[in-house]
Amino acid sequence: MAAGPSIDALGQFRLTTGFGPFGAAVDFTNSNVMMLASALLVLALFVVALQRRAVVPGRLQGIAELSYEFVHTMCIETIGPEGAKFFPLIFTLFSFILLGNLLGLFPYFFAFTSHIAVTAALAVFVFLLSTLVGIYLHGFKFLKLFAPAGVPVWLLPLLIPIEIISYLSRPISLSVRLFANMTAGHVMWEVFAGFMLLLSASLGTVGILAAIIPLGLNVALTGLEFLVAFLQAYVFAVLTCLYLHDAVHLH
Amino acid sequence: MVVDPQDSFNKRLQSARERAGLDRSAETEADADTRSDQNAYGLAMRMGVELVAALAIAVAIGYGLDRVFHTKPWLMIAFMPIGLAAGLRNLIRAMGPGSK
Repeated sequence: MAAGPSIDALGQFRLTTGFGPFGAAVDFTNSNVMMLASALLVLALFVVALQRRAVVPGRLQGIAELSYEFVHTMCIETIGPEGAKFFPLIFTLFSFILLGNLLGLFPYFFAFTSHIAVTAALAVFVFLLSTLVGIYLHGFKFLKLFAPAGVPVWLLPLLIPIEIISYLSRPISLSVRLFANMTAGHVMWEVFAGFMLLLSASLGTVGILAAIIPLGLNVALTGLEFLVAFLQAYVFAVLTCLYLHDAVHLH
Repeated sequence: MVVDPQDSFNKRLQSARERAGLDRSAETEADADTRSDQNAYGLAMRMGVELVAALAIAVAIGYGLDRVFHTKPWLMIAFMPIGLAAGLRNLIRAMGPGSK
């Protein structure tokens, strides 16, 4: 291929340092900048939105109350009445991941949820927490989770390894799902956008006209990406609830 | 005939709420459920990851044990079907009966 624009789909995930020379000195990456931004945005939203505490909520207060209600209902319905205890954790996870996904959709912004290191850290944390909650609440009985009731004894030697492996695969599926969804979306964007550049560079006017097709695809993809950003944050929160439910109720 | 003001007010309130779509009826919630279920791309992604994750864990365990006991590659082979079964177990748990 001759010199000219080429598709560099993975360049957008490269880590650089943020905050100028100071950030470079302490390896404060652009990923960290986005994490800080999303955490501060969530905090700012709730501080500002709940300042007035109007009986009839305005827009900001509406956002705050709706998201609170949404996550609260999810906690109670999935985990059970004990879910209220875990509400702060679930809400923090949900809002942090959601903001990370959404901020990552803006041009020149960095999607920190598209790095497996970040999602794996979150997933391992959730996994360890749900395991520790189970052990704390049930002690040794927690191991019953691996031997479902009503199974013939001769099947247990086969079933217990299966259940243990199935349990251990939870953090992997949890982290890979979020990471893969975000990465796939951003790569597709980049590929279609790069395709537009290639077309217009190599085919001239015809290419510029033809580039409308990938542009349209990218527009449609933007809508899908917004859906995915919400859906994946929701899925992560729901699965966290589900694991905590297993830890609390042992089935 | 005496019209109960409370009742007529409630009726008007109810119809207004319905017009504004404030009451999420059971029907629309079921709709939303099927819509999210029909997100085939997301579903395929989820199921694929569930299946492969268990297999990857099983292979990793088998490989690790092989390295400890110097029995390469037999434990890895032994753990593979268990991992596959665990993956299927994950699928059944995620999609089968009893998953809401």
